[in-house]
Amino acid sequence: MSRLPGHLASLEDEAIFVLRETVASRERPVLLFSAGKDSILTFHLARKAFAPARLPIAVMHVDTGHNFPEVIAFRDAYLKAADVPLLVASVEESIRKGRVADVTGPRASRNALQSVTLLDAIRDHKFDVAFGGGRRDEDRARAKERIVSVRDDLGQWDPKSQRPELWDVFNMRLRGGEHLRVFPISNFTELDVWEYIHAEKIDVPSIYYAHTREVIERDGMLLANGPHLTHLAGERPIITRVRFRTVGDATCTGAVRSDATTIEGILEETISATVTERGATRADDKFSEAAMEDRKREGYF
Amino acid sequence: MSANDTKPLRCATAGSVDDGKSTLIGRLLFDSKSLMTDQIAHVDEASKRRGLGRTDLALLTDGLRAEREQGITIDVAWRYFATPKRRFVLADAPGHVQYTCNTVTACSTAEVAIVLIDARKSMTEQTRRHLFVARLLGVKSLVLAINKMDAVDHSHEVFVRVRDDVTAYLSALPKNLRPVDVSFVPVAALTGDNVVEPTRAMPWYDGPPLLQHLESLPNDEQLDAGARFPVQWVIRPQSDDHPDYRGYAGRLASGTLSVGQQVRVAPKGRETTITKIETARGDVAELTAGVSATVHLKDDIDVSRGDMIVALDDGPRITREIEASITWLHETPARVGGTYWLRHTTREVKATLESVDATFDVLTGAEIPFTGTLGLNDLGRVRLKTSAPLCVDAYRDRRATGALVLVDASTGETVAGAMVLPE
Ligand SMILES: Nc1nc2c(ncn2[C@@H]2O[C@H](COP(=O)(O)OP(=O)(O)O)[C@@H](O)[C@H]2O)c(=O)[nH]1
Repeated sequence: MSRLPGHLASLEDEAIFVLRETVASRERPVLLFSAGKDSILTFHLARKAFAPARLPIAVMHVDTGHNFPEVIAFRDAYLKAADVPLLVASVEESIRKGRVADVTGPRASRNALQSVTLLDAIRDHKFDVAFGGGRRDEDRARAKERIVSVRDDLGQWDPKSQRPELWDVFNMRLRGGEHLRVFPISNFTELDVWEYIHAEKIDVPSIYYAHTREVIERDGMLLANGPHLTHLAGERPIITRVRFRTVGDATCTGAVRSDATTIEGILEETISATVTERGATRADDKFSEAAMEDRKREGYF
Repeated sequence: MSANDTKPLRCATAGSVDDGKSTLIGRLLFDSKSLMTDQIAHVDEASKRRGLGRTDLALLTDGLRAEREQGITIDVAWRYFATPKRRFVLADAPGHVQYTCNTVTACSTAEVAIVLIDARKSMTEQTRRHLFVARLLGVKSLVLAINKMDAVDHSHEVFVRVRDDVTAYLSALPKNLRPVDVSFVPVAALTGDNVVEPTRAMPWYDGPPLLQHLESLPNDEQLDAGARFPVQWVIRPQSDDHPDYRGYAGRLASGTLSVGQQVRVAPKGRETTITKIETARGDVAELTAGVSATVHLKDDIDVSRGDMIVALDDGPRITREIEASITWLHETPARVGGTYWLRHTTREVKATLESVDATFDVLTGAEIPFTGTLGLNDLGRVRLKTSAPLCVDAYRDRRATGALVLVDASTGETVAGAMVLPE
């Protein structure tokens, strides 16, 4: 029997409990998979929850089209090894179909556009639950999120009308058009995630490890220089050693300077980190104090 | 022992508006170095924008926009922090009477309730409500943080007066709600006195600072009881690799379960033997409470979601009639005679609200005869009749199998939480 530290074992047991409750209570669950560490962890726990049976949950990536190629390669290899098929809901497709208008300019990010693509996909596939890798330690709006959260037919999240969540007795009932978002790893912190990945020897995309990259320094953040990033006047790319703490849309996910080439190194840096994951790495959250909450209301994860 | 070996201590915090709860939590996080520089910078900035002279630590824990606009907290917020000795999960519940629902939510999983009192005001109606709810929801330890001691000249007399008020209230509660473990810590959240660091300002206090006290509290665990294993899901791969595999997935709610043990599958009652226990961390000979597992049984009997694998002796009560304390959580009042969905562990059945027998007056803790409405934020005692038998325990003995949630059958809204009373 593997020795997982007590606190990680409890978090693992809780996540498995939530996954099983949800799948047993609803008909068409989907797991949102971006190949970021939180979705990899959620996927890993979902497989454990139903082993040795096949995963009774569909897996879907909401693809903004602004990807790190390493992450897409990882995504495909990882799911192939797990023998799990992948659905892709494409933001580019939504733009082509005129469901949303693309955003342009140096600070443009497709993060906000994802909501429409995601909701269209949920409707088209008749999913009634979407599992996400959201964690309560990510920011202050998330700190108030339920483990099981109801979204209306517009996918909106109304902070005022969330159901009270008592004990671990989840109300999974839905009215027509509604769906659930369920967050099995709600109670993991960033450090817990890395400790768990370390203990379980889970693979993550290479961009989580320190590597040399061309970046643009903007608003105190390091953004990957690439075809999708429009420069502001005076911005000059620099080459430096960085790693990413989150994986998202390539245009607004910031890197941090790092020399951590192993999980142990990442753990050390996480323990001594002085800036939150989101603070360091999400350009689009900096625009307004309530940015995250606004996006959640619109149906973003 | 280090923080990694122990289970986190689950704490609920409650306080009336302006008693200083946000400041206290900000202090706990700040002084225990659980904050990141961007969080601190954010609070600095927000404080300046509001024209405040100093950094308002309360802004740290203020999450949603509506809250910021009104300057108050309106939903339970979950926070995590650790000291070298202990991990903590804080369920931070806002204070208003209209948010009793949040206090209920926060207390439902808490082992400790930290209740804030403004030393200048002593107990308010809200304090009584918080203490009552914490006990009704079965929170074992109560920690009274008597705050703003700086505003009463750090007076021992004031502290003693508040302590006596609280003690008098608690000892007047119905016997089953009287707490086992109560402690009082004088603090000044604003200056940090006695929150994380000890203080020289109150030489008359010889106890530990709040955080050190929390580090020393025991987890609420109960090991020597008969097993309760609610089945969540039957795992049947029916694949070439596992043609005959059939495992019952669930999480052990209480007690222990071991390979070779004779068990009963409730409510139907067939007896069988545990042959194998798998967990996410490998097979085990003995399963402890809280652990998710897949259990295998010797006999090929009909077991499905909602059934409960239980110990032969010390089993649950199998019944369709339940008396329970209740907290009403919805604007639409209870309909006596109405039918609701009732969720109990992994089982969902229809239930009729047969009667409301009493409501509680939180000011005195006494029961008063039912006067006609059990509405939002009301607490009471009810009788329920279910469409199928449930395997229940008294909530005060075992939370997981004594907890019920009522759901409105037409809207799907959660309307009440209820706690099974002893027979
Ligand atoms: N004098 C004094 N004031 C305090 C103390 N703690 C909090 N306050 C003040 O009390 C007010 C309400 O505090 P806050 O933390 O927002 O209260 P909450 O509504 O309970 O979250 C604020 O003006 C605080 O600065 C204390 O220990 N001493």
